[in-house]
Amino acid sequence: MTTETRKDITRPDGISPSQTVGPFFHYGLTPGEAYPHVPVSADGHVAARGTPGEHIVVTGRVLDGEGQPVPDAMIEIWQADAEGRYAHPNDKRPRASNTFMGFGRSDTKADGTYRFETIKPGRVPGPGGRDQAPHLVVAVFGRGMLKQLHTRLYFSDEAANDGDAILALVPADRRQTLIATRDGQTYSLDIRLQGEDETVFFDV
Amino acid sequence: MTLILPRESTRAHPPSLHPAYTSTVLRAPSKPLILVPHTLSELTGPVYGHDKVRESDSDLTRQHDGEPLGERIIVTGRVLDEDGRPVPSALVELWQCNAAGRYVHTRDQHPAPLDPNFTGAGRYLTGEDGRYRFTTVKPGAYPWRNHHNAWRPAHIHFSVFGPSFLSRLVTQMYFPGDPLFPFDPIFNGIPDERARNRLIARFDLETTQPEWALGYQFDIVLRGRDATPTEEPHDH
Repeated sequence: MTTETRKDITRPDGISPSQTVGPFFHYGLTPGEAYPHVPVSADGHVAARGTPGEHIVVTGRVLDGEGQPVPDAMIEIWQADAEGRYAHPNDKRPRASNTFMGFGRSDTKADGTYRFETIKPGRVPGPGGRDQAPHLVVAVFGRGMLKQLHTRLYFSDEAANDGDAILALVPADRRQTLIATRDGQTYSLDIRLQGEDETVFFDV
Repeated sequence: MTLILPRESTRAHPPSLHPAYTSTVLRAPSKPLILVPHTLSELTGPVYGHDKVRESDSDLTRQHDGEPLGERIIVTGRVLDEDGRPVPSALVELWQCNAAGRYVHTRDQHPAPLDPNFTGAGRYLTGEDGRYRFTTVKPGAYPWRNHHNAWRPAHIHFSVFGPSFLSRLVTQMYFPGDPLFPFDPIFNGIPDERARNRLIARFDLETTQPEWALGYQFDIVLRGRDATPTEEPHDH
């Protein structure tokens, strides 16, 4: 009887392939003050002032294979709250606050800079029942990028980095490309798309 | 539901390096990607509610005092997972140039006219049936400087959020029969012809509204499937 009950479902012959965001995504995806009448789905303000947790700024530049700033990239981040809970139905654990979404989006400026105001995430469950070190998952979009690149951002002052199952998969001499350095309340990490100090990107 | 995200599905995507699209040459990684397992961080993602999206967000012909110039169209379709199940509450964002091929974007220098009645940005949150629907005008083709006499086929940019951060998709919708397809390195960056064809909308007379607007159907298939065992759909 499956053809009766499922007659409206036919399996697609594959997923929709990715295409570049192109150079002109700003008024659609990151309108900000330049396009005030376009509604904002997400921006760089990830955590409101009263959100529990340590409030931080995460910033850096996106650079191309010649070390030049990429002024038309877009960075999206996804993170847990300060207790390591994701605001998503797949995370069944109770959350202290239901106002924190954990998603942010920033375009890069003329000097290639992105910027997020957020809170430091807590540890989340990882492979083998061991907690992961605090991290953001990061997707990089841009003109000249036919599909997004996936990477992560870790925090330099976290002892848990040493035991993180994902960092352990990265050759030791490249791990620093994923670890933001701290200055006051600001963590900085450049994203290098290509070259000697290329950021580690993940096959997910 | 328990989500699984098959890795082989991503073969539909273009490679990062596609030299015919010259901007990829300095923006594609040169080192191999590192294979990592899917943890809770990858199997979750932003959840949008209907409180965020207004009905007027999806009618791009009614965002200004007057109506935009151009051929009025309806673009509708379903957001689906890899098994063909509807994806409810998927945020679909869209942006495009106007009928003359000009983006409202401050950096677009193409000498075609701006339209004071058209911005070209919209969004929609899918219902239980995974369906979205926009009213807009057909975008024009426009030149770019990738190579001599380079023109982009008419297209609408789509940004879609599925059930996880790995379902996230940014793509472009094209129109059937566009003569520029053979010359476009962005479209042809997708290696597989069947995958390319999934980005071409289908003209649909049923969707077309008499005396009003042409209708196009465009389904978007996101990565991911429900791991919960169910009866397999039969194709015969």
